[in-house]
Amino acid sequence: MNKNHRVPSNRTLGAVEVKSKFGAEFRRFSLDRSKPGRFDEFYRLLQHMHRIPNVDLLVGYADVHGDLLPINNDDNYRKAISVADPVLRLFLQRKEEADYSAFGLDSLTRPKKTVLAAMLLRPDANRKKPLVIISLPRDFRPVSSIIDVDILPETHRRVRLYKHGQEKPLGFYIRDGSSVRVTPQGLEKVPGIFISRMVPGGLAESTGLLAVNDEVLEVNGIEVQGKSLDQVTDMMIANSHNLIVTVKPANQRNNIVRSGGGGGAASGSSGHSSDSGTSFYGYSSPGTAVATTPAHIIQNFHPEELESDEDDEDLVIEVDGEAMPIPRTSSASCTIPFIPRYVPHLDLRTTNGALASHNRSGSLGTLSTADRGLEGRSLEEEGTVITL
Amino acid sequence: MKRFRRHGQESHRDRIKQELYGFNKTVEHGFPHQPSALVFSPSLQLLAIGTRSGAIKLYGAPGVEFMGLHDENAAVTQVHFLPQQVDLVTLLDDNSLHMWTLRAHQGVSELLEIGRFTLTGPPGAPPSVTRVTAVLTHSSGDLLFLGTEGGHVFVVEVPGFRELEERNISLENVTNSLPEDYGGRRSLEHVESLQENPVNPRQVLIGYGRGMMVIWDLERQSAVKHIPATQQLESVWWTEDGGHVLSSHSDGSYCRWMVAGEGTQSEQEKSEVPYGHFPCKAISKIIQLPTEQGPPFLFLSGGMPRASYGDRHCISVIHSKTHVALDFTSRIIDFFVIRDGPDHTGDPSALVVLVEEELVVIDLQTEGWPVIQTPYLVPLHCSAITCSHHVSAIPLKLWERVLSAGALQNTHYSKKPWPITGGQNLSPDAPQRDLLLTGHEDGTVRFWDASGVCLYPMYKLSTAGVFLTDAEPNDNMNQGTEGEWPPFRKVGCFDPYSDDPRLGVQKIHLCKYSGYLTVAGTAGQILVLELNDEAAEQTVEATVADLLQGQEGFRWKGHTRLEVKEEPVMFPPGFQPFALVQCQPPAVVTALTLHSEWKLVTFGTSHGFGLYDYQQKNTVLVRCTLNPSDQLAMEGPLSRVKSIKKSLRQSFRRIRRSRVSLRKHHVNSAAKVQEANARLEAELAEMELAPVQRKIEARSSDDSFTGLVRTLYFADTFLSDSSHHTPSLWAGTNGGSVLAYQLRLPPVERRAEDPVSAHPAKEIQLMHRAPVVGIVVLDGHGSPLPEPLEVAHDLARSADMQGCHQLLVISEEQFKVFTLPKVSAKMKLKLTAIDGSRVRRVGVAWFGSSRSEDYGESGLTVLTNQGDLHVVSLPGVKLQVQYPCIRREDVSGIASCVFTKHGQGFYLISPSEFERFSLSARCVVEPRSLVEVPSQTPSTTLPRAQPDGPSVAHRNSTRATDDVAVLQEIQKSLEGYQPTFLENNVKSALAGGKVLTNGD
Repeated sequence: MNKNHRVPSNRTLGAVEVKSKFGAEFRRFSLDRSKPGRFDEFYRLLQHMHRIPNVDLLVGYADVHGDLLPINNDDNYRKAISVADPVLRLFLQRKEEADYSAFGLDSLTRPKKTVLAAMLLRPDANRKKPLVIISLPRDFRPVSSIIDVDILPETHRRVRLYKHGQEKPLGFYIRDGSSVRVTPQGLEKVPGIFISRMVPGGLAESTGLLAVNDEVLEVNGIEVQGKSLDQVTDMMIANSHNLIVTVKPANQRNNIVRSGGGGGAASGSSGHSSDSGTSFYGYSSPGTAVATTPAHIIQNFHPEELESDEDDEDLVIEVDGEAMPIPRTSSASCTIPFIPRYVPHLDLRTTNGALASHNRSGSLGTLSTADRGLEGRSLEEEGTVITL
Repeated sequence: MKRFRRHGQESHRDRIKQELYGFNKTVEHGFPHQPSALVFSPSLQLLAIGTRSGAIKLYGAPGVEFMGLHDENAAVTQVHFLPQQVDLVTLLDDNSLHMWTLRAHQGVSELLEIGRFTLTGPPGAPPSVTRVTAVLTHSSGDLLFLGTEGGHVFVVEVPGFRELEERNISLENVTNSLPEDYGGRRSLEHVESLQENPVNPRQVLIGYGRGMMVIWDLERQSAVKHIPATQQLESVWWTEDGGHVLSSHSDGSYCRWMVAGEGTQSEQEKSEVPYGHFPCKAISKIIQLPTEQGPPFLFLSGGMPRASYGDRHCISVIHSKTHVALDFTSRIIDFFVIRDGPDHTGDPSALVVLVEEELVVIDLQTEGWPVIQTPYLVPLHCSAITCSHHVSAIPLKLWERVLSAGALQNTHYSKKPWPITGGQNLSPDAPQRDLLLTGHEDGTVRFWDASGVCLYPMYKLSTAGVFLTDAEPNDNMNQGTEGEWPPFRKVGCFDPYSDDPRLGVQKIHLCKYSGYLTVAGTAGQILVLELNDEAAEQTVEATVADLLQGQEGFRWKGHTRLEVKEEPVMFPPGFQPFALVQCQPPAVVTALTLHSEWKLVTFGTSHGFGLYDYQQKNTVLVRCTLNPSDQLAMEGPLSRVKSIKKSLRQSFRRIRRSRVSLRKHHVNSAAKVQEANARLEAELAEMELAPVQRKIEARSSDDSFTGLVRTLYFADTFLSDSSHHTPSLWAGTNGGSVLAYQLRLPPVERRAEDPVSAHPAKEIQLMHRAPVVGIVVLDGHGSPLPEPLEVAHDLARSADMQGCHQLLVISEEQFKVFTLPKVSAKMKLKLTAIDGSRVRRVGVAWFGSSRSEDYGESGLTVLTNQGDLHVVSLPGVKLQVQYPCIRREDVSGIASCVFTKHGQGFYLISPSEFERFSLSARCVVEPRSLVEVPSQTPSTTLPRAQPDGPSVAHRNSTRATDDVAVLQEIQKSLEGYQPTFLENNVKSALAGGKVLTNGD
């Protein structure tokens, strides 16, 4: 029946061909490119065309790059019409069932679009679900950061690697070596520990913050001087869930210049370089960077923080086979919802980490907004907890 | 991490710590590794042994022990006591001489080095001129004759080491005095032997390497007599009456020379090659001693026919018609003979032989010359030690039963008391009876009395009898065929060969109250034994425990199970096996625990663990812990992934063994050595090629051997609810998981019929995944639960069942306390994350305060892979003290460590020696003994070593004042001597590190 409406595609005609999909149904119609009208009119038109007058819809369109972008106000409606070439493909969803995460899914290469998408989605923030899926910091998983920039000598770098639940290996090797120190007696050769090799594709390599021949000075705040290679290895492995390594980089040209604010920001973002292909990557614009990652540019860690992460994810299985992460007695009030444990490793290589956690939390049913951050975190951390 | 604390509190705690903990290495048990010299002082009745590592050890009566260590890391080649004094001189490999003395201090003697000396030749002379080859301590007590490689004899005054140049006996002087026909020919070579005329201290015999011996008159500075032996000289003995000289030679001959006459050339009275006809090896030492009535004793070391018995280590003892060639287990280092009588000039009573691996003492006054059991210097390693287990405070009854079982095994030993009696043992009696059990490679378990300074053998249990092995042990030992020549007799117990390596004992657990013992071995065998005072014939039924539980894809590539003898076996009185479990696959047993009250034994291997009811003789539970993705464990035996260090060590051991075995099994041994060498080289090459780098990677569940069971523990605790405590079984694995089972035991009256059952209750997976090495349940007071039957015997306070129990899980990286019954983390102590060390050994100990009798604390004694000892408090898991103890490279030493329940411990410092240490300030076992100057002290002796009276009692502890005192004493007594002496001593006395005593 749609064939009857079909108009030969001709840009000069000034008409926009629209193909609208809701569920399994398609509707085709056209709009005048020069007079698209307002968004609410368009919205009602869609309801009418699909004969779903009382259904709340979420409208999305595929732009020329194949990204799924929302239409929810006059501006993006007009934008959608203007870029339609020649067909404007619409995807309608019920708002209750809407899969927000679908937006921007393919925007790997085009971070700016997602920022746009995030901003455009924001006005709709009266929903039960948190609307901004892609822009909240908790949906990022930090993989590394430079910390303590303000207290360390400029020649040193303190790097924090977040192992969390990733399958990605830490991926580096250390060796014995000797370094030259300035002492009252002059220059002296002292034994030291150095990074000897990076595993391609490993966490350490992907951060870009550690390099071969960097001298390891501290592990989680403890000096390695006087310790054997095996001791340092064991210390690093024991801290592998939250490894903080202080190095003296072999390449001293990329050091953070503390006085210059611009330099700091740049380092901050590089320190934030993320792992494989998160599309929510685009906070390189200075304004948002400050808003979302303030703690990372000058982030200091405190001794007690060393304890915080790893702690007490030990897993207990009681008689009936239920699995429980062991709560810390001190924080017993903060109950972590029960999570089924018999889940294979999250395959974070093929899918996006944030997405995966989102999907899983969705499957767990209703969760209060306040719980989500916590929940997400614990999920990530427990990704490594296997299954007995 | 440091919390702010009030100063007062801190210092109070520090004081308590000082009263509880103190680290001492107290005594070395066992046989010194690589002994290199032996000497005996008849007047002191002390025996001294020098070792290749520069240690010197003195032994007297049981409990009298002294130990010193030379600063130089050089072998001790000779040791000599100064006659009638408490001083001794040592000669090291580096040609330095050292003077040691036993100085009494606060009523206890200490062995101190008081001087050192190196012979200096004329400028420009080659080093051989002053290279010392023979030492004679002159009976005057103040002269030392040093024969050298260059053929000179230097005379040195002791104890100051002052060279008396004018009295030196130069080679030229001697050569000039020789008859033309000898002296003109060739050089005399080095000085091989120096002997003093027993009846005329003015005469000294100088034996040169070429064979020529010269009797030199010290006063006239001229040769008195020549003894023109023509064979290469090995040793010289001057008979007691001064009338004859015996010389032994490299061709296996010995000669008797008459020296009493007037002529300048002595007559050869007799020359004999005792094992003659065919070429013989050298007789390296000869001794002849008279008896009051009848013929003398003659002792010859070596001299065996080169071709047929050249590999034997023999000492021949010839007395009248009796001729025995004592055949020792390893190379003979030296020997001496102890004589009867107040002046030790009577009949020979005992022959003391130091061989490379043991000390053998032979009773010469009892028919058949039986061996006297040694109270110290026992060869712990007669078969290689594979594990050890310590049990404190043994009840008297068990002790006596073990002793009597042991006594029945020792009937072949001489009844004579130990002949070496020097010194007084002043150590207080041991406060309790402690047993150390060592498991050995040949399947034996040896029980040692570890209560005091002497580690005394009590009883030996062999588990080999249960199994069918290739060779029956000892079937061709100790049986010399009639009329064999030489008349060999095997002596000694060192036997490093294992008929079957699967017999090796890996884990031992003894219940001291019930006398039940369980022993587990390399081939997955677990024996349960019971102490029986009567011999009994019984069949041991084997139960197979299939630990794989249908796990697929497994291929066991290791050894097979041991075959069990089907017919009844006669077991001698002592521990007799009555139940046997065999794991399938037959992997080495890695954990073992016995609960005698519940009559249960639990065991674990790299594949899983099981629970065995030894009353009903059935397996209650089998649990497979194998991770299906763990390829290495799936494929087979542990040995496939042993560390390179370990395999290197084993290669060395193999080489050493095969070298020894060269003498025993001619066939194939050369090939074996070659093979071992090749393997060693390959391993070394591999090690050098690989760059030393370490991978930094978080542990994952896929790592190898995550399923290996590291620890098993029984506890009566609140496992599932907080109102009922039940028996439970806990297992910890290499992959950081803890598994708990609730046990249901039938009531006592139905125990024999109703089944025992086990139900899984909890599993804990530690996030850090480090191997779990210990599990302890703490009661309501925070004290570890008592041992089974301990409460029943009123020996421990019963556990507090009112308060909350806590679970302490010790992994290689952390100590973590959880609440029970609901498992939630309470507190922890991280070790590896903080200092990079890992827990290797852990024990629970009770530390009594040295100040007040009734105060004490429980604590964990921990040995790390860095060789450091820690004490961790309970239940607070706070690090209390830390002491460096073992070199971190000494992997076998660290692995061998065993802790006692009272804060002491043992570890192997060599294959044959345990070092005993104490972490407790109260519980210290150390030698305290006094050696007094012999009564007939020559007037020339300096009053140096008399026990310090009250006048010096105030010099209590500081080493510095002692040294100054020594110095002053020496200085005072030697006033007027030349300053060279003083320089020598100032140097040595001020170097504090050299002052070595026992127990300090």
